Amino acid sequence: MGKFGLKQILLAIIVLILLISFPWVFRKPFPQHVMILVFMFGMMAVAWNIMGGYAGMFSFGQVAFFGIGAYTSSFLLITYQVNPWVGLIIGGLIAALVGLAIGYPCSNLRGHYFAIASIAFGEIVRTLFTNWKLIGAAEGLTLPMLDESFKNFIFHSSKLPYYYIMLVFLLLSLLVCYFVATSKMGYYFRAIKESHDVAKVLGINVVWYRLIAIMISAFLTAMAGTFYAQYILYLDPDSVLILPISVQIVLISMLGGAGSILGPVIGAVILMPVSEVTRVMLGHKGTGIDMMIYGALITVISVYQPKGVWGLLTGIAKRLK
Amino acid sequence: MKSPLFLEVQRVTKRFGGLLANENIDFTVKEGEIVSIIGPNGAGKTTLFNCITGFYHPSSGKVFFRGSDISRRRADAICKMGIARTFQIVQVISDMTVLENVVTAALLRYTKVARATEKAEEVLAFTGLLEKEEALGIDLTIADKKRLEVSMALATQPTLLMLDESMAGLTRVELRGMIDLIKKIRSKGMTLVIVEHVMEAVMEISDRVIVLNSGKKIMEGVPQEVVQNKEVIQAYLGEKYSAVS
Repeated sequence: MGKFGLKQILLAIIVLILLISFPWVFRKPFPQHVMILVFMFGMMAVAWNIMGGYAGMFSFGQVAFFGIGAYTSSFLLITYQVNPWVGLIIGGLIAALVGLAIGYPCSNLRGHYFAIASIAFGEIVRTLFTNWKLIGAAEGLTLPMLDESFKNFIFHSSKLPYYYIMLVFLLLSLLVCYFVATSKMGYYFRAIKESHDVAKVLGINVVWYRLIAIMISAFLTAMAGTFYAQYILYLDPDSVLILPISVQIVLISMLGGAGSILGPVIGAVILMPVSEVTRVMLGHKGTGIDMMIYGALITVISVYQPKGVWGLLTGIAKRLK
Repeated sequence: MKSPLFLEVQRVTKRFGGLLANENIDFTVKEGEIVSIIGPNGAGKTTLFNCITGFYHPSSGKVFFRGSDISRRRADAICKMGIARTFQIVQVISDMTVLENVVTAALLRYTKVARATEKAEEVLAFTGLLEKEEALGIDLTIADKKRLEVSMALATQPTLLMLDESMAGLTRVELRGMIDLIKKIRSKGMTLVIVEHVMEAVMEISDRVIVLNSGKKIMEGVPQEVVQNKEVIQAYLGEKYSAVS
């Protein structure tokens, strides 16, 4: 985890300028929508990576945090007229608390046992929400058409504000991940990922640090959930609480490179356009073709480069030096 | 006032179902001593290690470290109190560099990574791994892995260091290096408890030797006394006293 050189800083500035100018070059809604999804899934993959890539907890239940975020802010807005920005924070906190409550009994589960428990967690939340009358049950929630403003977190005339808000969210989550990776926490997470015994023998409170990882991940994922609700303005269990979303988050992270800061974002940049474009172009021919292309990509990467695209890039960079 | 004993193991028993892995084991360690625990395979040495370091809790009996009862504490809390250990099957973080491994250990005493890195460099210079600090844990030889594991233990800044077979499977040259390292660690005032099969090393470095057989302590004494004891020789029946020479 070395310091940044001039080259890296320059590259970062160029990428940022490109991202900021993107919606001015591509003015149609579809490319902007795809980029918003890239950012949103990128953020969730970054959040997953803190838990899965660093701390070694392979979660297939991230959709529960996403759904909790989306439902909390929407429910509070509809029922109590709570501002969505406040709802975003409350949703994040509730997701973190739920993560704590679920994570604690799972604190000794490792590897595939944790993965299975996390699938169950996601499915429990989906079933619960599908039957919970207060929050719309299977019919879901429709958000009120408030006036367009940043304060209301709602925009009708253009996707631009959503684009920039989601970009800022993504950058924020990268900042959090950078802080985690380069701090004491990051080292401890990686020790826990290696083995609980090695962590304990270094004086690491394994249960506590795992819970911290879950809570950070849950909070960020819930933020993406609130964003999604404000962006689509409608949510039901079938759109925000289904297992394929969790799977997609894991695939994006793995493809991009779990355990690196930027890997998951690269994964989103590659997979989300593939997913959206194939869905739009081939979707009407029966669902599944997009998932097949997906599967093929994942297979190729995991066979030839288990460290993901990020591992591929850093490998090439090393050879060029 | 009499100062409490450094480490005191009182009638420790560990049962796994019907198996008695440790039975009423008593012994003490004074500050600055090197005490070796020997015994044939399955004698209960590693179980005893686990009972002292919090990886197991004794079924009955107590362990006192500097006067406080640690027999019910968690492993990480015991490490924080100043007992570090290594494992029989060497445990390092395989996708971290040597330096990162030791930094992770040093972070027990520091919050800032920069400060822990300074400490880690210092430890690596002491253990002679500094020139390999960029190598990944997974790429090291067994000897270097064991050396790294000792470095990690030292970086947690313990007052009691417990080594579980740190010399098994080493070549003669590597063995010499490890013995020298242990002597060097001791000269800094460290107290050591070691489980070891390599009798050559045990004879050379131990102040006292404790012999376990079938979960019980059968003998305790200075190395010379122990190797001449009939019961000990019987316990090792078939095994030569010096496994190396």
